Amino acid sequence: MILGKVIGTVWSTRKDEKLVGSKFLIVKQLELDYSITKNFVIAVDSVGAGVGEIVLVATGSSARQTSITQNKPVDAVIMAIVDKLDIPETKKID
Amino acid sequence: MVLGKVIGTIWATKKYETLTGFKMQFVQPLNSELKPIGEPIIAVDTIGAGPGEIIFFATSSEAVIPMRVPMAPVDAAIVGIVDSINSEIRLEDK
Repeated sequence: MILGKVIGTVWSTRKDEKLVGSKFLIVKQLELDYSITKNFVIAVDSVGAGVGEIVLVATGSSARQTSITQNKPVDAVIMAIVDKLDIPETKKID
Repeated sequence: MVLGKVIGTIWATKKYETLTGFKMQFVQPLNSELKPIGEPIIAVDTIGAGPGEIIFFATSSEAVIPMRVPMAPVDAAIVGIVDSINSEIRLEDK
């Protein structure tokens, strides 16, 4: 999974019929110190996340392993909202 | 599967229902000489690893198998703690 921050919503009227009713969020990937990277992903929300929240995103075929994304053309799903990170070694190990 | 080192823990109260009770850990992928490769990822801990330990983790949809639940949006899971590594071929020699 990757750590990300929800920065926006995607509205789409014309889409695959299996995607009707899904909520799409724009998630920017974060570094361990919460700094925002360039990478982003459009993810379906399965936990009720909102703009500004720190979330975890599961990608690939695992994204279809929820009741709301099962057998749908989805490759990223928000599956947790982060309360706290605990990283004993504050600087990245190199 | 990939070698890795646990570098931190994540608290997430709100998560997909089948993930309840599972701990999530930050994992830095390592090569056979235990040098960091790539970016840290988040993996579900199915065996009780702690920060600082060398582990191996399974990725993609196979990561759901050790969780013993029918469906879970998980793309990486820690499946073993490494006791020792005996390697004659080093990645840099290839």
